[in-house]
Amino acid sequence: MSYELSHLEALEAESIFIIREVVAELDKPVLLFSGGKDSAVMLHLAVKAFAPAPLPFPLMHVDTGHNFPEVLQYRDARVAELGARLIVASVQEAIDAGRVAEEKGPRASRNRAQTVPLLEAIEKHQFNAVFGGARRDEEKARAKERVFSFRDEFGQWDPKNQRPELWNLYNARHRRGEHLRVFPLSNWTELDIWQYIDQEKVALPSIYFSHRREVFRRDGMLMAWSPYLQMLPGEEVSTAEVRFRTVGDMTCTACVESTAVSVEQVINEIRASRVTERGASRADDKFSETAMEDRKREGYF
Amino acid sequence: MELLRFATAGSVDDGKSTLIGRLLYDTKSILEDQLQAVERTSKARGDEYVNLALLLDGLKAEREQGITIDVAYRYFSTTKRKFIIADTPGHLQYTRNMVTGASTADLALILVDARKGVLEQTRRHAFIASLLRVPHLVLCINKMDLVGFDQAVFDGIREEFRQFSMKLDVADLTFIPISALGGDNVVSRSDKMPWYQGPTLLHHLENVHIASDRNLIHVRFPVQSVIRPMSAKYHDYRAYAGQVLGGVLRPGDEVMAMPSGFTTRIRSLELAGKPLAEAFPPMSVNVSLAEELDISRGDMLCRPGNPPLVGQDLDAMVCWLSESTTLQPGARLALKHTTRSARAMVKQLHYRLDVNTLHRDEGSAQLKLNEIGRVTLRTTVPLFFDEYRRNRHTGSFILIDEATNATVGAGMINGPAV
Repeated sequence: MSYELSHLEALEAESIFIIREVVAELDKPVLLFSGGKDSAVMLHLAVKAFAPAPLPFPLMHVDTGHNFPEVLQYRDARVAELGARLIVASVQEAIDAGRVAEEKGPRASRNRAQTVPLLEAIEKHQFNAVFGGARRDEEKARAKERVFSFRDEFGQWDPKNQRPELWNLYNARHRRGEHLRVFPLSNWTELDIWQYIDQEKVALPSIYFSHRREVFRRDGMLMAWSPYLQMLPGEEVSTAEVRFRTVGDMTCTACVESTAVSVEQVINEIRASRVTERGASRADDKFSETAMEDRKREGYF
Repeated sequence: MELLRFATAGSVDDGKSTLIGRLLYDTKSILEDQLQAVERTSKARGDEYVNLALLLDGLKAEREQGITIDVAYRYFSTTKRKFIIADTPGHLQYTRNMVTGASTADLALILVDARKGVLEQTRRHAFIASLLRVPHLVLCINKMDLVGFDQAVFDGIREEFRQFSMKLDVADLTFIPISALGGDNVVSRSDKMPWYQGPTLLHHLENVHIASDRNLIHVRFPVQSVIRPMSAKYHDYRAYAGQVLGGVLRPGDEVMAMPSGFTTRIRSLELAGKPLAEAFPPMSVNVSLAEELDISRGDMLCRPGNPPLVGQDLDAMVCWLSESTTLQPGARLALKHTTRSARAMVKQLHYRLDVNTLHRDEGSAQLKLNEIGRVTLRTTVPLFFDEYRRNRHTGSFILIDEATNATVGAGMINGPAV
């Protein structure tokens, strides 16, 4: 017997340990579930961590109102299958109530606006641990974030004042009103996620695989046409075979041309890809070098 | 495919960022949009060349000041292994970061500038790696191109470091002559140093034997939580959830629960309904026992003839991590060890260790940020522990300031205090 674990087994063991540690030390956790592939994997790990007992915490979706219908369907099916409780924090409601100002113009997105309803929901339900599916390989500000990432009473992240994290000893202590964001997938890469989806047969929304869609080009990216996006002069809608590498708000998530219809084919495309998933599909990070850090400081995922 | 975690230490001048950039680039782990972003920023800053270090500096303050503040984690993989790099800045004030990065590392990579040889900083990094008991140490003698790829320079540095390392506890030490800039002996073998017969850096990272670094002898299973479904279907299900930190567990094995000392057998091992024939580090599993014992979070399962040490008085090395406070005798702190939380009082500070000279300063009254010292602690409840040199997970703890909840200390247990 060699007593060796594969990298996926080692990553799974670490993530399950983290998820269990949160539930043991914090009484009000919630798991952010957008229906995207990372949150699908995180949910799969959470279910494994407590089986055969039911999931010991609710799920939360921060709903921008600009969703891909396929993703909402998937979200609801998964919630029903698990008998889980779903909390929806609505950006539309926050806009209607005047708590968030809607961005204007053809490049308007509700991505940044998600922070307000997210923090409001955390406060309302008094959650003290919020599981997020962010990975350190996604973005350079995330590469420096802790697994147990402390947030003050305003939900803010202070990158220069983070708690050192040693061995597998996580510090969950906080005062009332403060909370921890916990990232069980910190050490996973995009490829690890897909390999794990393949190994565990994790179900995903259909838009992760090749399909025909009306699209247009903007800033070198292929955007899905939707009623939520205003077209700019010169932009033209055409039909293409595409899939999504990430799934977020329809206004800031782009797709890539692809013929991959199975997990295995997606993995082969990722292996051959020369562009990162955020570079290929996220308009929100192109504004500046520190766009993600700026959003995170305010309390974003 | 196995997972290898390694920590890198060194300063900008050693070419550390260039080396990491080279590893990522040559293994095709840097993608076009990342390179373009770095090119844009380099240009905007007026750099004359594409500054690969920008790839590694994530935070605003780091970019503004051109320094690395924090531990950054990087990922790449080859067909043989997946790698996690904990990239830590090398300056003295960042001992805290290197301790953090080294705590989970299988291997530490230390860079030496071939022109400068073994410096104070090299000795400091090697000492921290040995203190944290990183099982494998690699000394990369970099910038060989600037010394004419001269074997005598390499041999001299190797000899000098060997002499120094005899004072340390280093199990496995490897020396590799490289040029990160030219890529010599990083991913591909250099044709400029035919006198070097050893592996390239990547080959070493891919093949160094790490499976036996884990402790497979002493069974240590700290209980994280108890899983009881409370449903009709799983009415009798009761299992202990946790991560194996030592030894190999099998169904049928006799186990002893700490602190009660009661013994029983393992009825089954499983995860999410999948039965397991055995469980070993670092697997996360559910353990069901043949008899119901009173066991809860913070307790530990072990083999009856091979229990951990038990006690409330610890002799430990502590690295102080707080900028705003110091460690002083009499201080009361929260302590986390495996899945057990306690309070601890600092009974005595025996000495402060100079990480550059290894000199013991016995007149020291406190430990400040980045300082390492030997202390005696008394805890409010007994801990089930091992010497850190036997098991890095059951031998380590963190200290937490109860007023601010900040993590202020990292501890490695030498043994029970006498």
